Amino acid sequence: MMEIATDRRKALATNLRAIWGRAYVRVVGANREPSWIFFEVLLPLLAAFAFALVYRALGAPEQYIGFVIVSGAMVAFWQNILWAMAAQFYWEKEMGNLELYLIAPVSRMAILLGMAIGGLFMTATRAIAVLVIGSWVFNVQYAVTDWLTLFAVFWATMGAIYGLGMMASSLFMLFGRQAWHTANLFQEPVYFVTGFYFPVRSLGGVVAMGASIIPLTLGLDAIRQLIFAGSPVNPLFSVRVELALLVAATVILNWLALKGLHYMETLGKKTGRLTLKAQ
Amino acid sequence: MSWAIATHDLRRTFRKDTVRKWWKRRRGLPRDSGETVALDGVDLAVRPGELFGLLGPNGAGKTTVLKILATLLLPTSGRAEVDGIDVAVDARRVRERINMVSGGEHSGFGILTVRETIWMFAQFYGVPTKVVHERCDRMMEILGLTADANTKISKLSTGMRQKMNIIRGFVTDPKILFLDEPTLGLDVAVAREVRAFVAEWMREHPERTIILTTHYMAEADEMCDRIAIIDRGKVLACDTPAQLKHDLAPDCLYRIEIPLWSEGDNPLAELAAVRSVAMEHRDDRGRTQMRVILEDENGIAAVTERLSQRGVAALSVTRQEPTLEDAFLNLVGHGLSNGNGAEQAGA
Repeated sequence: MMEIATDRRKALATNLRAIWGRAYVRVVGANREPSWIFFEVLLPLLAAFAFALVYRALGAPEQYIGFVIVSGAMVAFWQNILWAMAAQFYWEKEMGNLELYLIAPVSRMAILLGMAIGGLFMTATRAIAVLVIGSWVFNVQYAVTDWLTLFAVFWATMGAIYGLGMMASSLFMLFGRQAWHTANLFQEPVYFVTGFYFPVRSLGGVVAMGASIIPLTLGLDAIRQLIFAGSPVNPLFSVRVELALLVAATVILNWLALKGLHYMETLGKKTGRLTLKAQ
Repeated sequence: MSWAIATHDLRRTFRKDTVRKWWKRRRGLPRDSGETVALDGVDLAVRPGELFGLLGPNGAGKTTVLKILATLLLPTSGRAEVDGIDVAVDARRVRERINMVSGGEHSGFGILTVRETIWMFAQFYGVPTKVVHERCDRMMEILGLTADANTKISKLSTGMRQKMNIIRGFVTDPKILFLDEPTLGLDVAVAREVRAFVAEWMREHPERTIILTTHYMAEADEMCDRIAIIDRGKVLACDTPAQLKHDLAPDCLYRIEIPLWSEGDNPLAELAAVRSVAMEHRDDRGRTQMRVILEDENGIAAVTERLSQRGVAALSVTRQEPTLEDAFLNLVGHGLSNGNGAEQAGA
């Protein structure tokens, strides 16, 4: 019994060290190559501004500009998941790092979590910049009545989409470039159906229900209801329902990610696709 | 006795992709199919404390064996055990005991320094930072990397990079370490430093085990306690370097120099007295050197007679002590490609 407890403590300590070790690369990268400020912060501002200007030109209700600014901030997290986490195992395989991760006595999810946490600095900077600058330029008015629920919705959304990213990473690990092209293919459709550019309910009930399978749809919808309280926002579900669904999605997606990573790794070991041919 | 490494009838096949691409279906071309047999019944037993070599040409199956032992591949059939643990059943426990360094490795991130890279990979093994730095400092000093400790790895030469990779492998103090062609592509001086480092580490840690794959004969001869010669997925022989050489009767190896042989065939082809021949053409000197292994010591007469019949003057005939390369040639029937224009020819 004591041995099992010691083993578990040792495994936990190793995984925590692995999270910090892998996060360190991203943290250091942000400090040593400041060009990311231009590419990751200033350029994305232009995309959000473009949509805001289109809505203003069309005479759309002012809250639509607010929606776009908030979406622009959340896009940062989605792209971090898709390209800086899910696709990362593919890039790591090409670099020769993946096999070193796989022979180490550490959880794959710990390494992915390290990537996610390390990327949070850049991602959060981008999100805050879009939110603050966008809100100031377009004079967006917020009316948050329940900060605690907003905090809970935000972190439940993060938990769910990062679980989705970890699940996707298992596909990238094995299928590499094919999965990468698929992710590329679905980037704009995902933006469209999850309500990045407009409330998802505008797409009709059926499409909106289908889109709610992606946690970001529910997260964006709930966040909009909470920060534009009192404004008509055409919600999909109530905030309470969306929060419950997000929490459930977090648990389910992270569990699926754990199983998916294990399954894909075993499949990769059987087929010999985990390492480069030259190695 | 408990073995550090044990494999039992280890087999590994790789299937080709059997899905026909759509343009092949339209053109009626055949399905891509078939298997590649990488390992064909490999039995190995490595004692704790050994520096064990796997020697063979490219494609022999050396790296495949290592990848199975390092839990990167599953065997198609058979069993492999590391420190008594089945690699297919409990990979996590195996990983706590191992590490691996490959030749030509480009792992890491260019923006990190040497020290940071080694530290990062050590974190995946749960090694405390203070311990990592202590071991790292000592190893960097031995390998002459101290001055580059804070250099970004994107700025390192090939040799420096491989030294860093070597330290990355050793810094976790693994019970069993896999070195997959660790001196591949390195210049003579750096390769020598790496070999000396490995040998010194083994002396300081006599309870540790290293499995080394190489296709450099001299490296295997110099470093290994025992060597398994592997070719086409099979182990042809497994013994100490001295015994492998001894098994090749010393009276039977001759080096014969003849004028440059430009004809395509082997002048000693189908001569019963000859077990194997390797020819090396030295165009610059107008000579061909033949390394001839005879069935017995009396065969040399038949050789000189055949050369005479073919109108070839034997410029020199020298009896030699067999080297590991000779033992390899005798077992495998061909040499390793070595860039000297050496031809391989069986009798």
